[in-house]
Formats: sequence, structure tokens, C-alpha cells
Amino acid sequence: MYDFAYHRPKTLADAAAALKGKDEARAMSGGMTLIPTLKQRLAKPSDVVDLGGIKELAGIKVEGSGVTIGAMTKHYDVSVSPDVKKTIPALAELAAMIGDPAVRNRGTIGGSVANSDPAADYPAAVVALNATINTNAGKHAADGFFKGLFETALKDGELITSVSFPKPEKAAYMKFRNPASRYAMVGVFVAKTKDGVRVAVTGAGPCVFRVKAMEDALSKNFSSAAIKDIKVPSKDLNSDIHGSAEYRAHLVGVMARRAVDAANK
Amino acid sequence: MTLSVAMTVNGKAVSGKVEARTLLVQFLRENLGMTGTHVGCDTSQCGACVVDVDGKSIKSCTMLAVQAEGTKVTTIEGLAPSADKLHPMQEAFRENHALQCGFCTPGMVMSAIDMVKRHNYKLDEATVRHELEGNLCRCTGYHNIVKAILAAAPAMKAAGV
Repeated sequence: MYDFAYHRPKTLADAAAALKGKDEARAMSGGMTLIPTLKQRLAKPSDVVDLGGIKELAGIKVEGSGVTIGAMTKHYDVSVSPDVKKTIPALAELAAMIGDPAVRNRGTIGGSVANSDPAADYPAAVVALNATINTNAGKHAADGFFKGLFETALKDGELITSVSFPKPEKAAYMKFRNPASRYAMVGVFVAKTKDGVRVAVTGAGPCVFRVKAMEDALSKNFSSAAIKDIKVPSKDLNSDIHGSAEYRAHLVGVMARRAVDAANK
Repeated sequence: MTLSVAMTVNGKAVSGKVEARTLLVQFLRENLGMTGTHVGCDTSQCGACVVDVDGKSIKSCTMLAVQAEGTKVTTIEGLAPSADKLHPMQEAFRENHALQCGFCTPGMVMSAIDMVKRHNYKLDEATVRHELEGNLCRCTGYHNIVKAILAAAPAMKAAGV
């Protein structure tokens, strides 16, 4: 790891100030992706601004019929939260599937969403549930937030403060995990709301994406049978030693059907 | 960037000078000379480096020493109540022959204690096997590790630890 200047601000304003005007500064939340990246010397930040000391960023609040999760809330805390389990059980289940117990004790929702790792779990929930990403500069809708591989709509120095999830009528997340890393080879989050059905896929492409054909079919008939003949094109999907693009395209269909069945249980 | 760091390790106040990039596991092993905590994979996957920070098990190869400023850290060296008495989890590992080469054992024991407490001393085999997802052992095939953890849960409850 290359050395860097370390900052541990106590407020969001101080964090924004520490990042301002430094092109090579990086914010760190749980560090579960950033620290391994630094260890491999894949990044060389001049400054690391540790958000771990900012108390206002952690916590879970029930707001209206939905739930708002502070950016620095740990995966473990989401997975056991009575409020999340009651409002959106699928979200608590997703959090319990990330990494392993020690990783869930450090990793945060804000870090996962800001990083837009192609195989991260939370982006699927954010897009399928049509969540709102709240930042120190305003709000982002879920659609259009994830722009590509490790790329989001966040501007330089913009920090996520929380993510607000509206309550769906039904929802479920199914993931085919890489057995070593626990990252999603393919993960599909299906949510049925009064406005229709949304199907979000992670792990398969450069970043999370929706499958319109499945959404249309499920909006008419919310059953796994309704999507059994829908094929996802393998063009532009990820291909690596763990699975080919064709295999991932196949898994999208399998995981989507399992998610619909789980949501209907 | 050189920084001062202070924390409590196994009940004792410690401090030292570290670089910003110094990992918690390096601070424990190299600054404090406490080599019970192991580095297996260095990629956050194997769990040999698991320690307890403020009541949560974490991978000390994926946390900076400076992030542990002001925390209470417990390592494998801090478990045994005395020189001739082991922690119930360590005792269960010994009794059940839950280690062969022993390299993964410190992390296994630390994760196992955390697991028992999170499940309020009530565990079944399926839960133990699932919860061990963050700790790799290349020798035992896990069977005796699972046996040891199941045996230690009631022993920890009885001992009040």
C-alpha cells in the first residue's frame, strides 16, 4: 500500500472540506473494498478521508411507509434491524448475504452504493425498490445513478448521507454467489409496487441494470411462469474465470424466477 | 504520514507511532509483538486475522491501525483467564482436535466466540457451518471445528463468558 494523508473528520461538513480541491483524495466508509484495493496498489490516493467518525451518518429510521438507512450503517445492523425486517424483509436478507460476518461488521450501505462494484448487492435493491440516494448536495433517483463500472452520478466531493427505500408490496433478492468471495455472480432483486414491477440485476453486467421485458411480463402476471421464456442477451455481460457471459445470462433468468417465487411466498 | 495511535489491547492501554497505511494486524504483530493474530491471505477472505474491536469481530488485515484509535481490541492472546486455564472455546478446540496445522486457529476461535454470542449461546450445526463462511481452514475439513464450537457454546454460557 502506498502511504497517504489520513483524515478522520467528526462532521459531514468537515469531511466535505477535507475532500475539496484534492483530485486524488478518496472517502472511506467501511473500507471493505478500498483497503484491499490500496493493498494491491490499484489506487494511490493522496488523502483518505475516513467517514467512520461521523455519527450523524449511521442509523435506521422508519419514514412514512418506508425506511431510510444512514450511509455509514453496517450491513450487520441492517440485517438484524427490526425496522428493516418489518418494512422490507428482502433488504435485511440481502444485507445478511454480503461477504461474511466480519465483513458485515465493517462494510456500509453508503460505501457499497457509492462504489458501484459490478458484483455488489445493494445496487440491485436500490434500483429495484426505486430508492432515493440522499447526499450532502441533494438527492438522486435510483434510475440513472449507477452509470457504469465503478461509476455513479456522484460529483467530486459529493457524499452519500442516506438511502431511502419505499416499502414494496412484495420483494425478494436471489443471488448466485461466487463461492470464494461471496460476491454476486448474478443477483436479481424483484420488487412489486403499486406503480408496477421492477427487476434489477447485479453481478452480470458492468453495473446494475433493469430487465424491461421481465418487468412488463411480471406487471401483467406476477408469477415465475410469466418470465420463463424471457431470455436476457449475453452481449455486453461479464465474462471471467468464474463464468461466461452466456452462463451469466442464463443465471439471470434462473435467479429472477426464484426471486419471484420467493416474493410470492 | 506518521501518526500516533492509542487503543486498549486485551485490557492494557497501548500506543505507538504508525504510518497512515499501517494495518491493524501489522500494529498488533510488529509494534506490539503479539503474533497470535495471523495473516493468511491478506485479501480479506481467510479470516486468520480476525480480532474483536469494540465487541465486533473484524478482519484486522482490512482495517487501518489508525481506525482503531480509542477502541478496545481483544486478540487471541487476551482470551485465556490465566496461564494455566484456557477460554472455553480454546478448551473445546483442544478437546475436539479442531486444529491440525493451527494457522487458521486464532481467527477461527475469535470468530467462533463472536458467533456464539451473536446467537445467544444457541447454535445448531447448519448455523455454525454457514457462519464460518469468513474463515478458511485447509487441513481439518471443518468437521471438528464445528464440533468444538457446538461444544463450547454451553460451556461459555456456564462460565459466563
